[in-house]
Amino acid sequence: MENDNYFKLEFEAKNVNESFARGVVALFCTELEPSLSEINDIKTAVSEAVTNSVVHGYNNKGGKIVLEVKIINRTIDIVVTDFGVGISDIEMALQPFYTTKSDEEHSGMGFTLMDSFMNKLEVKKNTPSGLIVHMQKVIKE
Amino acid sequence: MEIKYSQTSESICAELSGELDECSAEYVRITLDNLLKNLPSTKTKLILDFSKVSFMDSTGIGVLLGRYNKFSKFDIGMYIKNPTSYVNRIFEMTGIYQIIPKV
Repeated sequence: MENDNYFKLEFEAKNVNESFARGVVALFCTELEPSLSEINDIKTAVSEAVTNSVVHGYNNKGGKIVLEVKIINRTIDIVVTDFGVGISDIEMALQPFYTTKSDEEHSGMGFTLMDSFMNKLEVKKNTPSGLIVHMQKVIKE
Repeated sequence: MEIKYSQTSESICAELSGELDECSAEYVRITLDNLLKNLPSTKTKLILDFSKVSFMDSTGIGVLLGRYNKFSKFDIGMYIKNPTSYVNRIFEMTGIYQIIPKV
């Protein structure tokens, strides 16, 4: 399928870059004139995916995150890739309230919010290590 | 993120302004935990005013659950006030109102 628009961005896995990443995606989407609610859904989902890479993928020690966003007709297609430790049991990680860091006050709701706010969520292992989070949201006309 | 306080005889209201994410979470944790340490015994309620929180993700839920665990040990009730419709949706989706009610 041909892309109507596209960008790819590589940045350091630092928590200050979470607002940068969600802000960039929100700005990029404006050509489809999304509602405020749709923009907030996308910002939250991007923030969750990037936070997951910073905190879990790289355990706050830094690394590389790649953010790729496409616009295909009315669909925003977002891929967040890291090269960190990955997740051994992805199915378990997708369950609400599942966290490996409860002592650090993480809620375990990240993937649940991504799944609720987006039309499609796919989480898979990166090779040789890391995680790929692929999300899509259709912006209503 | 900024936190301002106001109080009545039995409650303290903390008004949070800004974005509550992984980047600001530590500040909110430390600030509210310091508040708990210095809280006069006459105060039995902590009201968190979310009207000026423009963005929140699941990190905010983790911060609230952590504070709930600490404040409830001292019998201090926690409440959420005036969330925007967007933040309210996250609160409802995660079921937080079951332990930290909305006032």
